[in-house]
Amino acid sequence: MKGIIENINWSPLFISLKTGIAATVFAFFFGIFAARLVMRVGKRTKWILDGILTLPLVLPPTVAGFFLLLLFSLRRPFGSMLYERFDIKIVQTWPGCVIAACVIAFPLMYRNTRSAFEQVDVSVIYAARTLGMSERKIFWKIIIPISAPGIASGTVLSFARALGEYGATSMLAGNIPGKTQTIAIAIASQVAAGNYDIAGFWVLVIVLVSFSIVAALNIVSGNAIKDIRRWD
Amino acid sequence: MSREMPSRILGGGIKILNVSIKKDFGGFYLDISFKNNGNRMGILGASGCGKSMTLKCIAGIETPDQGRIVLNGRVLFDSEKKINVAPQKRNVGYMFQSYALFPTMTIEENISTGVKGSKEEKKTVVQAQIEKFQLQGLEKRYPRQLSGGQQQRVALARIMAYNPEIIMLDEPFSALDACLKDKLQQDLFETLTHYSGDVVMVSHNRDEIFKFCDTLSVMDQGRVAAEGGTRELFKKPLNVVSARLTGCKNISKIEKINDYELQAIDWGIRLKTVEAIKEETTYVGIRAHRLLPVNDPQTDNTMKIDLVSFTETAFEAAYLVKNALKPDTQNIWWLTAKNEFDFVVLDGVAEYLMFPPEELMLLQA
Repeated sequence: MKGIIENINWSPLFISLKTGIAATVFAFFFGIFAARLVMRVGKRTKWILDGILTLPLVLPPTVAGFFLLLLFSLRRPFGSMLYERFDIKIVQTWPGCVIAACVIAFPLMYRNTRSAFEQVDVSVIYAARTLGMSERKIFWKIIIPISAPGIASGTVLSFARALGEYGATSMLAGNIPGKTQTIAIAIASQVAAGNYDIAGFWVLVIVLVSFSIVAALNIVSGNAIKDIRRWD
Repeated sequence: MSREMPSRILGGGIKILNVSIKKDFGGFYLDISFKNNGNRMGILGASGCGKSMTLKCIAGIETPDQGRIVLNGRVLFDSEKKINVAPQKRNVGYMFQSYALFPTMTIEENISTGVKGSKEEKKTVVQAQIEKFQLQGLEKRYPRQLSGGQQQRVALARIMAYNPEIIMLDEPFSALDACLKDKLQQDLFETLTHYSGDVVMVSHNRDEIFKFCDTLSVMDQGRVAAEGGTRELFKKPLNVVSARLTGCKNISKIEKINDYELQAIDWGIRLKTVEAIKEETTYVGIRAHRLLPVNDPQTDNTMKIDLVSFTETAFEAAYLVKNALKPDTQNIWWLTAKNEFDFVVLDGVAEYLMFPPEELMLLQA
């Protein structure tokens, strides 16, 4: 064990954390925005939109990765346009890691937020309107605070999902050590190479990191909410 | 206290609410119009008759398909002129059945949401309302830490701080238990007495409406079934729906015999009336409290009765009786006040019941 720690290349840990945080930040804002959008459209549009937004959660991650590859490949119109016009490359790069993790984590954020929004008593919103509050103010000062527990749990789940993303990431960002190799990908390639010790070490790391982050976030959101219920 | 208050003329303007709206809910059609001249107005109706929906249309939460809503000369909604003022700009106070307090805000913050002005001005207004509604000491609490009665006071304080032109109360006492109700009703009554705008209260409870409202609209299946002064409507409900909603338990179909005599078909009795029977009159009603026990069968409008069942509340005895001579007629409710708690059922049962002619309500279908 000592030998492993001395010789380990820590880059997968930092790449995973960086990717997880960046993907969660994007998923957080997009998820809230999407949930708000879905709450404001008609019934039929809602079903269609909700289906599309939830798709990455139910599809195998490799399918999501395949679609992302189709979109961003340099041999495809959008990908080549990004590269030629803006010099942006997504495939086999770290931004690719973030995009893949974000797409996979997004539905968790979106669905948790949306179900929190749906729990908000509409008469509270109506009352705010009759009291002269603007729609923007109602959203930020009333709906968001009431939905805070749901949003917090969506964030935690998104982060956990983004941190451990494998399928879509391996398709879009590949396995470049020091660049796109996250812990999840490192584990797979170490196992493939027969290095069970190193793979086992990374498994231990990701279990510890995941658990402590979820625990920390639970404590933080628990203190903020004060209203933790227990069924007894 | 005068019940027949004139239109209150305040701040230079006459207080008038004029509503005439239609909305199709797919299977349910709302088609209502009424006018209120600064009185306390009641809308009485069974649940699902469209009374809350009417308030929501006035507040701008629901949009009618057609019609016009005018408050104190200001057009809030006009389908022809394509006017639909946002709820934020209507200046109406709406007290929801559930009070709709903001759960993540303190009492103080709740009350200040509708107040305009600088921080200092807000503070003064909020402080005044907190004192007025006796909420001192609860400023920093959250709504869920308050009792139902306190929550209602906060909801009202929040509306009063907003200073609306009209206050609408949606079933204000339905969420409270009976012991609290009397005190809160008294408090609300006093608050509203000092309020200069329109008040519209919606309820399915005839006692609440009777207590609070100068004028009354009875609503049934999205329409106004009857309207008028509260007392007049309770005295003469005009039609079957209004009679039932104002608490009349006994209603029978009739056949007119002559201008002052009718046959009550469902009760199997011939009745004399004081009021002339019109062609449109198709039903007769009598309130359960107005039946009189008599011993002399020769009196007019008298029926020999059999007891079907007996129930009692703390202060009232309720007898369900029927015509002893015609067994296939409808049961009749007869209510009397009890004067003692160890009441013996049979003591109260008379052999004959009289339908006093002046108490008969002639009704249209």
